Amino acid sequence: MTPEYFEACSIIEMHDDDVKALGLVPNQLVKVTSECGSVIVKSVRGRQALYPGLAFIPQGVYANQIVPPRTQATGEPQYSGFPVTVEPAPEGERRKSTLELVQSAVGMWRGDQ
Amino acid sequence: MAKKIENVGCPFCGVCCDDLVVTVSDDGKKILEVENACIIGSTVFHRAMEDRHTLPRLRQPDGTYKEISYDEAVDYTAKVLYNAKKPLIYGFGSTNCEGMAAAAKVAEKAGAVLDNCASICHGSSFLAIFDNGYPSCTLGETKNRADVIVYWGANPAHAHPRHMSRYSIFPRGFFTGKGHKGRKIIVIDPRHTDTAQVADIHLQVKQGHDYDLFNAFRTVVRGHDIPDEVAGIKKEQIIEAVEIMKKARFGTIFYGMGLCHSDGRNHNVDIAISLTRDLNDFTKWTIMAMRGHYNITGPGAVWSWQYGFPYCLDLTKRDIAHMNPGETSSVDLAMREEVDAFVNIGTDAAAHFPIEPVKNLRKHPWITIDPHPNMATEISDLHIPVGIVGVEVPGIVYRMDNVPIQYRSVIDPPEGVPSDEELFERIYQRLCELEAEDAAKQPAKAVPEGVRAGE
Repeated sequence: MTPEYFEACSIIEMHDDDVKALGLVPNQLVKVTSECGSVIVKSVRGRQALYPGLAFIPQGVYANQIVPPRTQATGEPQYSGFPVTVEPAPEGERRKSTLELVQSAVGMWRGDQ
Repeated sequence: MAKKIENVGCPFCGVCCDDLVVTVSDDGKKILEVENACIIGSTVFHRAMEDRHTLPRLRQPDGTYKEISYDEAVDYTAKVLYNAKKPLIYGFGSTNCEGMAAAAKVAEKAGAVLDNCASICHGSSFLAIFDNGYPSCTLGETKNRADVIVYWGANPAHAHPRHMSRYSIFPRGFFTGKGHKGRKIIVIDPRHTDTAQVADIHLQVKQGHDYDLFNAFRTVVRGHDIPDEVAGIKKEQIIEAVEIMKKARFGTIFYGMGLCHSDGRNHNVDIAISLTRDLNDFTKWTIMAMRGHYNITGPGAVWSWQYGFPYCLDLTKRDIAHMNPGETSSVDLAMREEVDAFVNIGTDAAAHFPIEPVKNLRKHPWITIDPHPNMATEISDLHIPVGIVGVEVPGIVYRMDNVPIQYRSVIDPPEGVPSDEELFERIYQRLCELEAEDAAKQPAKAVPEGVRAGE
């Protein structure tokens, strides 16, 4: 719930080619959508290079907004390797706080107190 | 004069570093300095006293939290568990074995499902081990003998920061006096991670295609031909890696979430174990799961001893335990809406489960037992603060290679805050009282004939 957590987890890393293809400027907000939801995160250039077509969001509140809960009957959700679409975030969209994301999802969000 | 405490264990990751030196203030209440720990471990100690509550907090009808006494919190928890048809008690990555044993007593009394974070982490490994065995070793063996190290789907540079320097790559061991120079390092990961940065060979496998690559490795080990490219890796590179592995004097494969969380789950692990077994026809190879939390190996050990099963324990039949991950695992139970109360202990399910199961669990009472506020406490009905194991509470923890380590405490918990073990013992006592009260209300049952001893 700290500012450090917010900055560390609300990001997505992609290959430069993909960033270019999406027409993104550095540190632009993007909307990431999977089969079970979407989340607004910031597109950053990571140090740990990945190949084109692959994206990485650190494990945490933001990633888990879009992680499919299907477990292949093992108990383990599909934390890694699920298809998403990435697009520039619509005008006016912002990254939500961790508390807002989780509490809204379960109907407990009461606004910034 | 500040006091230096040596041989302190670090309550963060599965490496369980036990060489920390912690300096505390004269009154023994403040942590001043932490030596030898990585940045994550030192943060655990330095932030221990921040953001602490000293009393349980109960959610009020208006949505705010109100402080209540520990007696009231114990009573509330016991009643939730007693009245639920199928409560789920989940977590345990971050507490001591004493706490896990006490929690198991509560789960047994309540007829609950008892599960730990292995369920969403190395549970795949357990399934593979059940199928195929576990040719493993302790970390000291790797340090003293291994001349080839494979990190497959693991990134210790970020997840187990001192793993490479304590056990696998850099230390000079008994038969590995040249340290790093005498070892070959192979990293297999779709990303060029910081771990890949220190490797001699990095195979940038296509995400989700590890099974194909293992198949290729095994095929080459057995002397057969493979296609020109498998899983994005060139045939020559595969042959080169296999040759290095076959020529090793002693090798260890460390693997992580790259295998357990991708398509295939347990099958990625069981073929990794098969490869290890194949390699033992030629030389010595071992395999080890990069277990996550410092004591996530603990519940596997404690509950195996108590019930015979490491995780996903269905204790609802009360006199016989049942385990079938996929059926009795936390996320699957939550997705099928099969549980009607949730206790989050030593974990943060609200942050680290996918959001769908969180929504389902939140339809029922949710109790969080944790030293600090986190996502789970912020959507709970009740938050019960406890002491931090390794900082304020001593106890046994199990390292990733199942070696038990005695952790010590360096400061006292805040006044009146119990350990997990004490808390669960109190909940157990209260459950027994509730049961006795109910029994007293009902007419005495006739004792069936012919079952008393001596008749």
